[in-house]
Amino acid sequence: MTAVPDVREMVDPVPGAGAPHLPAQPDLVQLLTPEGERVEHPDYALEIGDDELRALYRDLALVRRWDVEATALQRQGELGIWASLLGQEAAQIGAGRALGADDMAFPTYREHGVAWARGVDPLHVISLFRGNDLGGWDPVQLGFNLYTVVIGAQCLHATGYAMGIQRDGADAAALAFLGDGATSQGEVNEALIWASTFDAPVVFFCQNNQYAISVPIERQSKVPLFQRAAGFGFPGVRVDGNDVLAVLAVTRAALARAREGSGPTFIEAFTYRMGAHTTSDDPTRYRLAGELEEWKLRDPIARVKAYLSRSGKADAAFFDAVDAEGDELAVRIRKGTLEMPDPAGTEMFDHVYAEQTEEIAAQRADFLSYHAGFEGAEQ
Amino acid sequence: MTTLTLGKALNNGLRKAMEDDPKVVLMGEDIGKLGGVFRITDGLQKDFGEARVVDTPLAEAGILGTAVGLAMRGYRPVCEIQFDGFVFPAYNQIVTQVAKIHARSRGRLPMPITIRIPFGGGIGAVEHHSESPEAYFAHTTGLKVVAVSNPADAYWMLQQAIACPDPVVFFEPKRRYWDKAEVDLDVSPPPLFSSRVVRAGDDLTLLAYGPMVKTALQAAQAAESDGQSIEVIDLRTLSPLDLGPVEESVRRTGRCVVVHEAQTNLGLGAEIAARVTESCFHSLEAPVLRVGGYDVTYPPSKLEEEYLPDLDRVLHVVDRAMGF
Ligand SMILES: Cc1ncc(C[n+]2csc(CCOP(=O)(O)OP(=O)(O)O)c2C)c(N)n1
Ligand SMILES: [Mg+2]
Repeated sequence: MTAVPDVREMVDPVPGAGAPHLPAQPDLVQLLTPEGERVEHPDYALEIGDDELRALYRDLALVRRWDVEATALQRQGELGIWASLLGQEAAQIGAGRALGADDMAFPTYREHGVAWARGVDPLHVISLFRGNDLGGWDPVQLGFNLYTVVIGAQCLHATGYAMGIQRDGADAAALAFLGDGATSQGEVNEALIWASTFDAPVVFFCQNNQYAISVPIERQSKVPLFQRAAGFGFPGVRVDGNDVLAVLAVTRAALARAREGSGPTFIEAFTYRMGAHTTSDDPTRYRLAGELEEWKLRDPIARVKAYLSRSGKADAAFFDAVDAEGDELAVRIRKGTLEMPDPAGTEMFDHVYAEQTEEIAAQRADFLSYHAGFEGAEQ
Repeated sequence: MTTLTLGKALNNGLRKAMEDDPKVVLMGEDIGKLGGVFRITDGLQKDFGEARVVDTPLAEAGILGTAVGLAMRGYRPVCEIQFDGFVFPAYNQIVTQVAKIHARSRGRLPMPITIRIPFGGGIGAVEHHSESPEAYFAHTTGLKVVAVSNPADAYWMLQQAIACPDPVVFFEPKRRYWDKAEVDLDVSPPPLFSSRVVRAGDDLTLLAYGPMVKTALQAAQAAESDGQSIEVIDLRTLSPLDLGPVEESVRRTGRCVVVHEAQTNLGLGAEIAARVTESCFHSLEAPVLRVGGYDVTYPPSKLEEEYLPDLDRVLHVVDRAMGF
């Protein structure tokens, strides 16, 4: 069950392209139309084998399955909250698969698709949303930083990390993720300035999913976001964020440019948040259902499926196998979540500092004896 | 008399303040159509229009910085910070500008800005959504800081804060937003910067504010069955502190315990303990004790029950104070 709808109708790749705040369609880099037709772009050629295409489809389908399962687990009270990536799978898988082994990604709280591409165990992401820890993975080993909830803060971290890469003469780049809302934060603008001034090998990957919780993009910007890059002195590009091939090609090119020493790029992945902001949110209060229906026609997974089947690059057996793998993944996630042990209370005292202080050690001891007192009382 | 949740009382308080003064302008993220993530501004944009209930761009420094300019033009901005942990992009504006402009202008530029912050834990949220940063603000000269604990105070204190000519950081106990109580909309409320005895007692004075007032009252109730008579005071104002009723109480009881969710290290309890010790030294039978969060990074939600002071931890410290 991967919940991939069929596409039949011809749809406009950029909804509302006539709106004054949106650019004319030619600015949008696209390699796979919403109907699943492969098209070329003069600046972004993509050589891609059939195996890799099928692997991308598998990534997309599996992260959606993970997302659906996590949402269900939250509904059943097993997670405190879940921030769904529904609709943004192509943006995240395209960007995540463009990363090289030595590159470093700086996610927000929604980049489960990038986490997947970096090899982060879904259960490590789940444990954060379950409230078991504050981030269960090793950022350096995985090339995937901890999730950052404070909007925009990670853009400066990515820039500084890129400056470190530059000093070390390493062949790597940093990839900073941010949302459309985040572009309003002062810190994000500072990051763009620093990246530009120091020609830092960093790529800013902005998923414009049209909303910051309830606030539409029009409240954050009167110009298309990718055009802002020019003002900072580096290139900006708008890519169809629901087209995994275009995102892959554009992000690869930007990362290569960064690694070569040509400085930053700002990528605006034009997409749509098909679900609620998080499981705590109720989007019916601020957007019309028709909008979602319109975007369903641009589903990021359906177009890959249409392309693979029509071109004969994948058959029913392949899709069945991916579905079966999705079901196995869902079972693993569910089981792993339900079996996840609660953290020990002493955990909170153990990692505040690299060198433990006597004060916290004493509070830890008090904590233990206080709880031991209860155990004594119960016996 | 009407029965209101704390959240609805805030909503009614905002509505009343906007009706009373056309210069009141609400600013914040998602406060318009959505009505705020906690629905505290629910329906206000619909009734007062987009010019008075402003969905801002996603930038807290922008919210507070532009509030300063609006205040200079005679407006009374009421800024909503979505969660406690997200006030920090605005911290520079609050500490270096909002707090200082009255003094720097020798009183020519008042800053009647209200900064509403839902604070505290207990709602099972992810990081940055459960913190208690009040001491940073109470420590900053030039800001006034209050915390509400119940629907009636929510209704009145919010209006008083908005009417106050000084900047007021207004802390709302988010886990108590859904608590209900009777609110008398016709009484004249006590002054904003005053503390209040909410339960009389003879053996010990228990001080709390915001979400911990309910916990303190429950602890006092539980202690009663052990024969202890505990007086509970809701501090309500954190800066300036109103310690008159506290001192009067401690002189009678001889014992004092302060409860807050924030870490104890340099929290409000430290200042209160120092001041009560100085003013009531000869009446004290025990040192002033504190119950608060441990001095650690706010833990993941599975551990917050063990981190936050609860009835048992309050009673544990009450027993210690009684044992001296
Ligand atoms: C500094 C800060 N302010 C407010 C918030 C609350 N908040 C969480 S997500 C969000 C909207 C973010 O929108 P966007 O950047 O477009 O990313 P998206 O959620 O759409 O992926 C807000 C306001 C926050 N996390 N950090
Ligand atoms: Mg967004």
